[in-house]
Amino acid sequence: MIVAEQKPLEEIRNLIQGAEKVLVVGCGTCVTVCFSGGEKEAGILASAVRMASRVDGRPQQVAHAVVQRQCEWEYIDAVRDQVREADLVVSLGCGVGVQALAERFPDKIVVPGLNTVFMGMPVEQGVWSERCQACGDCLLGLTGGVCPIARCSKQLLNGPCGGSVNGHCEINADTDCAWQLIYDRLKAQGRLELLLEIQPPKDWRTSRDGGPRKIVREDLRLNPTGSI
Amino acid sequence: MSSANNGYRTESRLERVLRSGQFAVTAELGPPKSADPGIIRQKAVLLRGWADAVNITDNQTAIVRMASIAAGKLALDEGLEPIIQMTCRDRNRLAMQSDILGAYALGLRNLLCLTGDHHSFGNHPQAKNVHDLDSMQLIQMVVGLRDRAAFQCGEEIKGVAPRFFVGAAENPFADPAEFRPLRLGKKARAGADFVQTQLVYNVPRFREFMARVCDLGVDKQIYLLAGVGPLKSVGAAKYMRDKVPGLDVPNEIVERMEAAGKGIDEKKAKAEATKRVGIDICVELIQQMREVPGVAGVHIMAIEWEEAVAEIVTRAGLAPRPNGTAGH
Repeated sequence: MIVAEQKPLEEIRNLIQGAEKVLVVGCGTCVTVCFSGGEKEAGILASAVRMASRVDGRPQQVAHAVVQRQCEWEYIDAVRDQVREADLVVSLGCGVGVQALAERFPDKIVVPGLNTVFMGMPVEQGVWSERCQACGDCLLGLTGGVCPIARCSKQLLNGPCGGSVNGHCEINADTDCAWQLIYDRLKAQGRLELLLEIQPPKDWRTSRDGGPRKIVREDLRLNPTGSI
Repeated sequence: MSSANNGYRTESRLERVLRSGQFAVTAELGPPKSADPGIIRQKAVLLRGWADAVNITDNQTAIVRMASIAAGKLALDEGLEPIIQMTCRDRNRLAMQSDILGAYALGLRNLLCLTGDHHSFGNHPQAKNVHDLDSMQLIQMVVGLRDRAAFQCGEEIKGVAPRFFVGAAENPFADPAEFRPLRLGKKARAGADFVQTQLVYNVPRFREFMARVCDLGVDKQIYLLAGVGPLKSVGAAKYMRDKVPGLDVPNEIVERMEAAGKGIDEKKAKAEATKRVGIDICVELIQQMREVPGVAGVHIMAIEWEEAVAEIVTRAGLAPRPNGTAGH
């Protein structure tokens, strides 16, 4: 899932300064399950902003709504009327959701209420951990199912650096050394020979380094001759 | 090429010393956190004649310092044989290769390929790090520039190709311990000519590492220089024992440093006595390293204590150094 966390209230209040009618839009997908931007969080943020604005003597009208998926037009259209009523929209979606709202409602000011942090998963209740960087050329088949691009602090491809100690990364003891995890996994599977091969430099063109990415599936397009 | 160079791969003086079978000595020179060339010259005078080659560090511990290539050129002009350290942290493959061409054009002949300390340790933790290549891939790239006269992308170098004697680093004390000798073998296969190890204070553990390196035959593929360094104070010893990831400083060494200053009240005399023992320990470590099969030399890391190198080399019986004039 995409994991995000809410911006500090003060920062959000600065972003919405001057707006009289504010709509907070939550998202029912990733940010709901990581407890940062679902219906509950949207409601709490709306009332927090309302109260704070009243205390400051410049009350703002703050409503909230939630869409099932903020990253698809069809779902966004469900809040069209509420958006029309507002001067400004606070998106509690990930960065994709914020941009989808902004693109769908070009005359509205749309601001982010979350910081989108990573693609990852909950490893225990209340703890999320990064798992994927979307490099566009998955090498998990070579690394025992542990990603060194997302999980090694130096994105090494040929084994651990000299700072791996007791299973920890050199940057801090709370971070697992991805290469220790890879080593242990491959050793247990009797596949250590994979680590003896020299992995060549990665072709980063498939990653963000090749410029903004787009996937086109002609077999799925309804209007294949149209512009993308 | 090979006939003109009598079979040497490069014009490196260090290559000549190592190939001759003499026990090699390398040292380290840290560039200043300023644009002052005088500091390099002062340190060069302290090291000149006491080491076959001298590492010029590259933003060591991720702290901005004078560029290693620029400092290396200054050191070269002072008569040192520099080993340019290059980390993968701050530059992508384009920047690295252009720097490598420039370094060679300036007369530098040794390059040490490193991953680099993580930038969160340094003075610009807000920076974007690079790690386009890892150290293994950097070794391959530098070897390719030399032996295939080709850039990393495969394009041919038309004209002078940079011919570096290629170094690598290994930490025998990091984890997973059983993978470390294999990783060194991988660096040898990538084409590294020599390797310098992390500081050795735990000799039994180092011997185990070297036994495995020799079992694998890696000592025949790469010249290995064991890292040693004089401890300057009890505080430094404790810091290295407790705070530096991947360093193994046994308690006996810390205790010996503590004992050195016992009973001395005057602060300066106490510090001096402790430093003396730091040098004694370093000399003993070198003597022990000379007995370990597969060790071709020592790399003395006297960080910000360059004046200690002459005494250490002399007392370890490694002076005078071969003049190595076969090089440049």
